Amino acid sequence: MPDTLNPTAGHVKLGSNSGQPMSRRDGIAKVTGAATYAADNRPDGLLYAVYAGAGIARGRVTSLNVGAAKAHPGVVEVMTPENRPPLALDPDEKHHFFAWRIEALQNDTVRYAGQPIAVVIAETLEAATEGARLLAPTYDEEPARIGFDGGEAYDPPTVGIGGNPTFEKGDAEAAEARSAKVVETKIATPMQYHNAMEPHAIVAQWDGDKLTIDTPNQAIVMARGGFAAYFGIPPENVTLRSPFLGGGFGSKAILVGPQLLCILAAKLTGRPVKLTLRRDQMYGPVQHRGATRQTVTLGTDGDNRLTMIKHHSVATTSSFDEFIEGAANASQNTYATPVLKSSHGAVRQDTGTPGPMRAPGEATGSAALEVAMDRMAEKAGMDPLEFRLLNYAETDPASGKEYSSKNLRECYAEGAKRFGWAGRPLAPGMMKDEHGRLKGWGMGTAMFPAPMFQAQARAVLKADGTAVLETAGADMGQGAWTALAQIAADGVGLPADKVEFLSGTSDQPDGGVAGGSGHTATAGSALFAAGSDAVAKLAEIAMKDPDSPVFGADNAGVEAREGRLVRLDDESRSDSYADILARAGLSEIEGNGTGARNPADAEARAMFSHGAVFAEVLIDPDLYQIRVSRLVGAFAAGRIINPKLAASQLNGGMIWGVGFALHEEGIHDPRTGRPVNGDLAGYHVPVNADVPCVETLLIDEEDHFVNALGVKGVGEMGISGTVGAIANAVWHATGKRVTSFPIHISALL
Amino acid sequence: MTLSISLTVNGERRDVPLEDPRATLLDVLRERIGLTGTKKGCDRGQCGACTVLVDGRRINSCLALAVSHDGAEVTTIEGLAQGDELHPVQAAFVECDGFQCGYCTPGQIMSAVGLIAEGGADDPEHIREGMSGNICRCAAYPGITAAVQDAQKRMAAEERKSA
Ligand code: FES
Ligand code: FES
Repeated sequence: MPDTLNPTAGHVKLGSNSGQPMSRRDGIAKVTGAATYAADNRPDGLLYAVYAGAGIARGRVTSLNVGAAKAHPGVVEVMTPENRPPLALDPDEKHHFFAWRIEALQNDTVRYAGQPIAVVIAETLEAATEGARLLAPTYDEEPARIGFDGGEAYDPPTVGIGGNPTFEKGDAEAAEARSAKVVETKIATPMQYHNAMEPHAIVAQWDGDKLTIDTPNQAIVMARGGFAAYFGIPPENVTLRSPFLGGGFGSKAILVGPQLLCILAAKLTGRPVKLTLRRDQMYGPVQHRGATRQTVTLGTDGDNRLTMIKHHSVATTSSFDEFIEGAANASQNTYATPVLKSSHGAVRQDTGTPGPMRAPGEATGSAALEVAMDRMAEKAGMDPLEFRLLNYAETDPASGKEYSSKNLRECYAEGAKRFGWAGRPLAPGMMKDEHGRLKGWGMGTAMFPAPMFQAQARAVLKADGTAVLETAGADMGQGAWTALAQIAADGVGLPADKVEFLSGTSDQPDGGVAGGSGHTATAGSALFAAGSDAVAKLAEIAMKDPDSPVFGADNAGVEAREGRLVRLDDESRSDSYADILARAGLSEIEGNGTGARNPADAEARAMFSHGAVFAEVLIDPDLYQIRVSRLVGAFAAGRIINPKLAASQLNGGMIWGVGFALHEEGIHDPRTGRPVNGDLAGYHVPVNADVPCVETLLIDEEDHFVNALGVKGVGEMGISGTVGAIANAVWHATGKRVTSFPIHISALL
Repeated sequence: MTLSISLTVNGERRDVPLEDPRATLLDVLRERIGLTGTKKGCDRGQCGACTVLVDGRRINSCLALAVSHDGAEVTTIEGLAQGDELHPVQAAFVECDGFQCGYCTPGQIMSAVGLIAEGGADDPEHIREGMSGNICRCAAYPGITAAVQDAQKRMAAEERKSA
């Protein structure tokens, strides 16, 4: 089995599928209602589970009226810590780096508001809902610790997933003292909730010691192992189906308590059980983005070149587990500077544990960095774009390594041109629209790492000239069903309509995690390698077969094209897959492939996607209501497999930036610890009318090092430059610098 | 207590025995009738994922008690296509990439069909306003707006042709 393709062989020319703006292959299923999401499953004998969430943020449950709930017609069972079936692992332990401590009714302790404290299982959803209400818990309550001032500060051992909390290159203090100009910028960001439109849901059924679960998951094969471990069964005994996720954004990558509760409920009752979180239950056990308080200090020399970047961030986490938004690390790779320092602090509070939320660290950190850069440009009397170009990083500032590719200059140029940035007045408050609204233009740099993880794939070429390729990938909207199928088809040298692409269940080869913007690169590489492996085996047969038109061509001498092997030295001689298999008496031929980064390239190069985002805001001069009237983003992210879908991802990311800048804010009552705005009426996300004009430009970029396909990723980058761009546009309109997000009207008065 | 209601769903009459008056139209469609295309995003009228047409008008089916719609004519996402032929709004959503994860999509599409029928889809600004009761967390809004505009034009042209 070939490992990943040999990246030093240069840029692999993909076939006819990659690069095409194909419509989604799952499109018809999604527009007709035929696509089945987890909660759409209704196995025979299904019961409905509803859990009761704690009404306090810290303390103990002292009583539950189980009798009243059980007496309600339709209620079948009530599960509490007293009768909850055993788990093979302690949910209070951290079992691996990608596992959180979770609540699965292990005891009567309450660690945050909304924590599951009992589960009611009934014949109907209505009965389960009413039963959960009838539990009427009483508590022994302790005061909630909420927010930076209410929580307990400590030094986190890691940030993000295993990241280093501190980094230092050079002496920041000395550099600061030597700098001609120094600007310190303080930015606060709130707790944010993922709020995928599909609430977390699971349908669980046991058959002896075999478990079948339908639940949306971003890392299917890893999750299968996780569930199996909790129930003390081998991973093969678990079938996890997740063909469609109704959005994930990071919140569906890690196992959460309610999933275990549903599986336990199915065990307790001996029947299939469905548990779907209510929207208000999405503000507790299923992660969020922690709040941050950041300070960015920039220094420049007499020529306005950066002498130092110092970035410190304090983030909130829960009282019992840890996920620290690595905001300060976002300053390490964007602008050229001889001296860099990033550091993190943390505060424990009585909320659920945060987790990765779209661009974890980059979204929050770049928001602060881009505002800081804008302020420094102002101090220098320079155009913000010129200032950024002056401080363009030709090599990665943190590691000193060369970039695998970086076409940011082109992004700046094309984005600025499309937006019409030239001629922007330097001073704020100079522009108005025809209705007298204050107009401002701002920009920011978008940046996101281009990682690869591990994935496997299988390809089967069939006697009828078609192929089946499979990997347990996850489509949460980013377009895996389509983009991965395009790569798969190129791997086997067939048009996409001749390829059946299978994905989304745990009995397929491990597709890795759909996260970190690395799924297309990783699972795509595995699929391409699997396809190439199958084709190579086929070529071997054909070239040894005297009856084949490609007989005698050596290994490098044939290319797979549209279902045929073509001799490169004589293109008139070719052989079809179907004929080769038929002559060999084979019904099919299988290939396998792995996707992973070449360690030598990973060591030698810094790998990032880049972009430039330009924003226009219009602000009512009396009410100070802010509208983002235009967003233009230009992005370079290696080879784009499907420009239509990539643009949607990047547009979506930029609109998340609008939400970050203007709307989103998870508020917990400092007295009770309960979410104050735990629904979609209180927690605002952008709606259609909030984003009148958003445009993505895809900038060409060839990358010979990230992987043989030249693919980076586009899932998260869009948010990273946008937040700062909007804040900077608000300054340009009003002269008021943003110090916290979301930008409230009151901050402009 | 057993109640019974009858609904005409996508042209087909359904007699639904209801053991519980608390069931919403959304839960009846999804859990009793088995039409799971209509989605639940919030269950309280805040997201639009559950949008269906009742007697030709778009409503949030999570806010409708099923018993109060006895005898109603309901159209869901499953009832739009004619066999293999997609409704113009469905086709436009695929073409314009008016979705990503697809979870809000049935609601968006039903809402768009309703909006076009209301005559509110004549320009992009009206579309954005008229579609703002349907949240898309993937933020496929540029595609959604383009799709609704495109479908409205196609449908108007069809109408002119047949008139
Ligand atoms: S589910 Fe009905 S509006 Fe959200
Ligand atoms: S497509 Fe995912 S919520 Fe709209």
